[in-house]
Amino acid sequence: MNGNGQHHTIIALVQDKPGVLTRVAGLFRRRGFNISSLAVGNSEQKGLSRMTFVVDGDQYTVDQATRQLDKLIEVVKVANISDEEIVSRELALIKVQVTPDTRGEILELVQPFRAEIVDVGAKSMVIEVTGSGDKIRALYDLLEPFGILELMRTGRVAMVRGLSQGKVSDDLVLDYHGDHLKASEAYEVGSY
Amino acid sequence: MELTGAEIVCESLLKEDVDVIFGLPGGAVLPFYGALSGYPQLRHILVRHEQAAAMAADGYARATGKVGVCTATSGPGATNLVTGIAGAMMDSIPMVAITGQVPRPAIGRDAFQETDITGITLPITKHNILVMEVDDIAPAIKEAFYIARSGRPGPVLLDIPKDVLAGERRPFVWPDAIDLQGYYPPGEADDIQLSQAIELINQAERPVILAGHGVLISHAYAELRELAEKAQIPVITTLLGISSFPTDHFLHAGMPGMHGMAYASLAIDKADLLISLGMRFDDRVTGRLSDFAPNAKVVHVDVDPSEFHKNVKATVPVLGELKQVLRQMLPVVERKTHVEWLQYIDTLRAEHPSLNIRQTNELLPQFVMKQLSDITEGEAIIVTGVGQHQMWAAQHYAYKEPNSLLTSGGLGAMGFEVPAALGAKVGKPEKTVWSIAGDGGFQMTMCDLATAVENNIDVKFAILNNGTLGMVHQWQEFFYDKDFFATVYSGNPDFVKLADAFGITGIRVTDKSQVEAAIRQAMETPGPVVVDFIVKQDEQVYPMIPAGESVKEMMEEPVPERIF
Repeated sequence: MNGNGQHHTIIALVQDKPGVLTRVAGLFRRRGFNISSLAVGNSEQKGLSRMTFVVDGDQYTVDQATRQLDKLIEVVKVANISDEEIVSRELALIKVQVTPDTRGEILELVQPFRAEIVDVGAKSMVIEVTGSGDKIRALYDLLEPFGILELMRTGRVAMVRGLSQGKVSDDLVLDYHGDHLKASEAYEVGSY
Repeated sequence: MELTGAEIVCESLLKEDVDVIFGLPGGAVLPFYGALSGYPQLRHILVRHEQAAAMAADGYARATGKVGVCTATSGPGATNLVTGIAGAMMDSIPMVAITGQVPRPAIGRDAFQETDITGITLPITKHNILVMEVDDIAPAIKEAFYIARSGRPGPVLLDIPKDVLAGERRPFVWPDAIDLQGYYPPGEADDIQLSQAIELINQAERPVILAGHGVLISHAYAELRELAEKAQIPVITTLLGISSFPTDHFLHAGMPGMHGMAYASLAIDKADLLISLGMRFDDRVTGRLSDFAPNAKVVHVDVDPSEFHKNVKATVPVLGELKQVLRQMLPVVERKTHVEWLQYIDTLRAEHPSLNIRQTNELLPQFVMKQLSDITEGEAIIVTGVGQHQMWAAQHYAYKEPNSLLTSGGLGAMGFEVPAALGAKVGKPEKTVWSIAGDGGFQMTMCDLATAVENNIDVKFAILNNGTLGMVHQWQEFFYDKDFFATVYSGNPDFVKLADAFGITGIRVTDKSQVEAAIRQAMETPGPVVVDFIVKQDEQVYPMIPAGESVKEMMEEPVPERIF
């Protein structure tokens, strides 16, 4: 059932307590879902963190998982923002191998990506790039021939666009009307 | 006055009106026991196995509607609670489990009897808390009880390290309020959902109510009955919904599903509206989903929004606390008669008499349940584990009062019946409590007969003894080419001698004619009694809708000889 669906970007406002991450992750794990990206950090509210995570899966299972997520005591708010107008960013640090010959070429390459060189060593350079996953992938592909020594990526962080009224992600409520679900199709469990 | 952590636990339990705790001590939890001995208001019932502590707390909670409390030590004590906790989670039972943990400095060092019980119980508790400071104990307990009993109830585990229980003394401060941001159990339904639901109910020509455990949890029996009677809607009770509606009521239309009454499943098949009240469309109810209630729209009322569309798509989901929702509905539901529909169901009932018991001289387990029902006039609390005996108890006992069938439904745990019956009797001493077991399940928890004896808990233990793991045997018969591998018990103990060894009365029944006298003798004998009914082997539970199939594939009992 899972795996062949689309990306879902989910935002959760959670209490900043030990074990919250395990609880959240467990809900996806038990359904055999892979969390493809996860970012956690303080929110604007004291004692609360905000998580952005991206999971791949069919609508039915993602709906189930997010509703179960909402039931966790330490989860204050959950929103599936996949169908919203959102701003989202990822950051990557790419340590690429350099020689005196290639240094100039690499500097030129990264410019259109508005990436920054944040460390320069005798044999390597660390490039910081921010943007969509696609953009990071594109730069990575360009740098790959030079030899990538290390790649570190954050998960995606996302929020809904403010639009005219200063909308925030927490304004979204989980929909349980199920209008987008087709009866019986996704549900069949078989015999056991 | 400054108290130890353990004393704070006791004071907090008193604040939550706890009167009984089921448990078994060990090293890490010993400080709690040290304090407990000074609190006679907190009755402690010492079990023989921690699984019984959790299941007894569960039975207590089901029978009384209060939060059941159990306790165990760290490590194996805590892991032995796990099956009982999982059962409480599946069946939405309010429970608080308190476990001792190794001292804080030892955590994570693979200390003696250390297990990560909060980790283990993560997916089988509604919530759990590792309490790392003395000052956190009182708020954690207040939170635990609130979470356990509010909204959709469930088990909450508190893991408290030994040095938090026994170390520094701190003032006992019981919090006035709790602040659980983001946890808001629903109350009344919103008007839009309600009016959509009412419209469907008022328009329906062939409606059925599917009454689930939620009716019992929210004490909505009176409202359910009023709704059914006002709109003349037949009521089908799920396994856990049994006793939410009087079995002998003319609108009661049985139990649906795998071993439900044929007429109940057939009525669902023809219905044009399901009014699902606090039930979750378990696969044992629905069978193959694409063929389940193919003609019906669905009004699904539940306190837990994650139940909507989980198995069956709701035409109108109504989020709210059931009793309040029914109270909102009652004034606006139209008075109806549904004469044709009710007559049709009566026809089904006549054509598919699922509850008839075969005329035979053999001792049939169904006959035992029917006799028990007649003799106790449907007023006992019946406690079962899982399997054939459970289904016969669900089918052949005419439950009159709410919360009178306590059964391991969702988890389906063998052995639940013995300890859960103890808990039920402790919670409801004025009631007659019968534990109904198979010989398989009974042997899983029979060590806790000692608990019954020691505390003089007057439970009657019936064993429907067919010398097999009956339900598994039945599946082998039907679906595994009669390969009865590992389902026949050839070395069962003599249960009458066993009763004798525990110092209680044991009665063996081998013939039909002895059933009534044995049941009466058991009930007239003060204290626990074991009645070993040697019933016919190879008796099957009918009807049966095989797993993953639909009402079309329903197997009914081969016809020839029916009585009644």
